[in-house]
Amino acid sequence: MYAVLTVFAKEFRENLRERRTLLSALILGPLLGPLLLAGGLSLRLDRGAGEADRPLSVAVAHGERAPNLLGFLRAHGVTVTTVDYDAAAARAAVRAGREHQVLEIDEDFARRLGTGLPAPLQLYADASDLAAAGESARLRGLLEQYSSLLGRLRLAARGIDPLVLAPIAVQDIDVSTPASRSVLILGTLSYLILFTMLMGGMYLAIDATAGERERGSLEPLLTVPVPRQRLIYGKILATCAYMILSLVLTVTAFAVVLRFTGLERFGMSVNFGPRVALEVILLTLPLVPLGAALMTLVAAYTRSYREAQTYLAVVLLVPTVPLAFAGLVGLRPRLGLMAVPSLSQHFLITSLLRAEVLPAGWVALSVGATLALAALLVVVAGGLYRREALLG
Amino acid sequence: MIEARQLAKHFGPVAAVREVSLRAADGRITGLLGPNGAGKSTTLRMLYTVLRPDGGDALIDGRSAVREPLAARARLGVLPHGAGIYPNLTARENILYFGALQGLPRAARGARTVELVKLLEMEEFADRPARGFSQGERVRTALARALVHSPRNLVLDEPTNGLDVMAVRALRRLLLQLRDAGHCVLFSSHVMQEVSALCDEVVVIAQGVVLEQGTPEQIRARTGAASLEEAFVRLIGATDR
Repeated sequence: MYAVLTVFAKEFRENLRERRTLLSALILGPLLGPLLLAGGLSLRLDRGAGEADRPLSVAVAHGERAPNLLGFLRAHGVTVTTVDYDAAAARAAVRAGREHQVLEIDEDFARRLGTGLPAPLQLYADASDLAAAGESARLRGLLEQYSSLLGRLRLAARGIDPLVLAPIAVQDIDVSTPASRSVLILGTLSYLILFTMLMGGMYLAIDATAGERERGSLEPLLTVPVPRQRLIYGKILATCAYMILSLVLTVTAFAVVLRFTGLERFGMSVNFGPRVALEVILLTLPLVPLGAALMTLVAAYTRSYREAQTYLAVVLLVPTVPLAFAGLVGLRPRLGLMAVPSLSQHFLITSLLRAEVLPAGWVALSVGATLALAALLVVVAGGLYRREALLG
Repeated sequence: MIEARQLAKHFGPVAAVREVSLRAADGRITGLLGPNGAGKSTTLRMLYTVLRPDGGDALIDGRSAVREPLAARARLGVLPHGAGIYPNLTARENILYFGALQGLPRAARGARTVELVKLLEMEEFADRPARGFSQGERVRTALARALVHSPRNLVLDEPTNGLDVMAVRALRRLLLQLRDAGHCVLFSSHVMQEVSALCDEVVVIAQGVVLEQGTPEQIRARTGAASLEEAFVRLIGATDR
């Protein structure tokens, strides 16, 4: 045990002096993730909220052919500008981005309207322009409103109740709570936590194995009278320490940052106080030795620092596999799935954020299964250090 | 004392060491001399238990490197090829780390490190991070690390590689000092002057087998050569034919 602690202390201290490790473990991962999420969230929320208030404008060609329609649009707050485009010019103007949308009134418009035939309108818009898509949807909504208004007037003029055109009335009833609504947006949170946690230990795992061999200090290390598996246990332990640091920092940063994103304004609440933050950390903790053992094992197998980096970049994606799979086939949390590391943590964290009660059996199985796999990998890694092929 | 008994090692189809038996006695400096690729490093690596021999055994003060590797390692100080040290630790921390792994108590390894820093004239750079060390500073740090537990036996793989004249002379002085204190010193080299200047005992090895073992005089006499270099060339030449 003394040798394990000696290796641990040395790896921990040495990496405190390694800027790359510190940057990724203690700064980049924990701060970048939450900031990205918060930034993305407020941008999205602000856009969604701001769009409905922004005045809608439309360029109309041949507006004189439909004065009533223009009056209707103006009455609904649309800024109407008259332009003198033909079809080709309208197309070009929208494509070049000079106009977001152009409404062209057909020369038959008034005549067909008067005789009760469908009256043609051309709406030019660029469907690939996401910023303009909202505007054209709103304009189309107004046009449909105008159309149905005319329709009802016609029916009324013929003495028919306009309600005959509405045989079914569907009412949407949203049962989501503020907490569960935000989970839709915060679905990536559990993944970001797992990812930054692994990042925190990645460079140490590489440095202590592939890096050590590349620098030529592995061979002297193997000449000390200490059973070799203990050397790698110490290295895994040091990797764990950095991952825990990174995990605690990340979750704390999330808790702080999400406080300032103002989800409440949109009828969502984040159930992410100090208590939940602590529970998230505790639920994720069993993944620490699993991730550390996995990264150390993979890095020890590779032949160089560069190769280790390449392989570990893939390992960082491993926890996403069950998450992506679950998302694809629409898995719902149930007891059996709690035996899958990373997936179970994802489900449990999401449930926590939805302010649901976690069944004790689920938590126990998640912790147990994750730790069992971790123990297995630690033993395999120990076996690897007993092989002389390690020296490469 | 270090003793190799019919050591053999192959990597895949390549036989790096076919049969090497040698004795390096206490109070003597033994040189393992051979051309590049002769199997010197592989032999030494089996002696210091990093490689497991396919055949034969190595005894360190009577402890089998195969069956009791921990006991064998405890009796060995090793300076491997390249002398890799930890760049983010100072020279002193590098030495202390190995002292701890050798099982020395805190106070003892501190005192021993002070002693070694003085012995190897490392005062100037002992507390600097090893990142910017010259080859000479690196070798001295690695040597101090190998000596931290005051091992009876010392194995050095090409220790003078990349050292300047002054550093080589300092290293020679140190090895002679250790010999006079009764240690067993075994080192490998392909530099003739190195071996003839230092060794009490020479083992000539080529293509994984021992060609000769004895004092430089004995080897010269047996091959009928005027100098050790001449003797070496004759021995190596004989294996080519």
